[in-house]
Amino acid sequence: MPSIAVTVVGQDRPGIVHRVTSEIADLHGNLEDSSMSLLRGHFAMTLIADLPDLASVVLLEEALADLRHTGLAVAVFEVPGDESHESGRSARMSVHGADRPGIVRAATDVVQRSGGNITDLSTRLGSELYVLSADITFPPDTDLPAVAELLQGRLAELGVHATLVTDDEEML
Amino acid sequence: MAADDPEVAQLAADLLATMDESPGCVGLAANQIDVPWRVFCVDVSRHPKTVTSHGRFVLVNPVLVRATRKERAREGCMSVPDFTGDVRRATRVTVAGQLPGTGRQVEVVTDAFEARALQHELDHVDGLLFLDRAVGPHAIHPRRTYQ
Repeated sequence: MPSIAVTVVGQDRPGIVHRVTSEIADLHGNLEDSSMSLLRGHFAMTLIADLPDLASVVLLEEALADLRHTGLAVAVFEVPGDESHESGRSARMSVHGADRPGIVRAATDVVQRSGGNITDLSTRLGSELYVLSADITFPPDTDLPAVAELLQGRLAELGVHATLVTDDEEML
Repeated sequence: MAADDPEVAQLAADLLATMDESPGCVGLAANQIDVPWRVFCVDVSRHPKTVTSHGRFVLVNPVLVRATRKERAREGCMSVPDFTGDVRRATRVTVAGQLPGTGRQVEVVTDAFEARALQHELDHVDGLLFLDRAVGPHAIHPRRTYQ
């Protein structure tokens, strides 16, 4: 049973999600994880699905081909099965301040040098305010206060405020 | 149900025993063990994020009386083993209910982690999971394993 990724990006309009997911359902596929959002009028979707066989992958590509003629960039490709094992310490990074080039690069540089893995990230630009929010998984023995200090210092050089707080799961 | 019913006292004992046998468990609602009654137990006394703790107790017919100062935190649940979720909950609450056995009416005024645990269990008895309270489409996460 092949796993596939489907990406769809383009000018937003009603019905895109229904169309893509209906084609997968018609092929007896199973939609698993998905992420969809609207970025300044542009629709962006990534989804992972299981299809019954390799022939279905080709059929899905054909079924979605006409979306390309409507201005959407559509890609269907096989991906390995899920072998991820979430472990480590989760943290939430928040950055905000006056917009200027290099904010994301500086923040992600600190994360990358600290062994962190960004699992979710979004940025928003208002009229002048730039806001970044990210979920990050760090290795279990990471000194998060030290990383937070590093992050704050680095982002302060750009005149923006940064925080990094632990987001440990509480089992209830 | 009547809090002074002997069956409720037996249920309370079952809940506490089940919680004790579940590592890391700080609360359990009756419907998590397939009993559709408005009863739950809580014990956050050994949790590191606890500020105020009322120890190990069971509430029957619980009601949220007051809730203020909401904060977001990530929580998981024994009933949802694959996921955790970011949920905004009040950090100061008053919960009313009855004690099993005697049926005595009590009010629990608490904060921080015990407040979160009480609201989580109140949701259970109302048929809600943290999944119903997640703060947005990006607020559900794979559950992590700690090494």
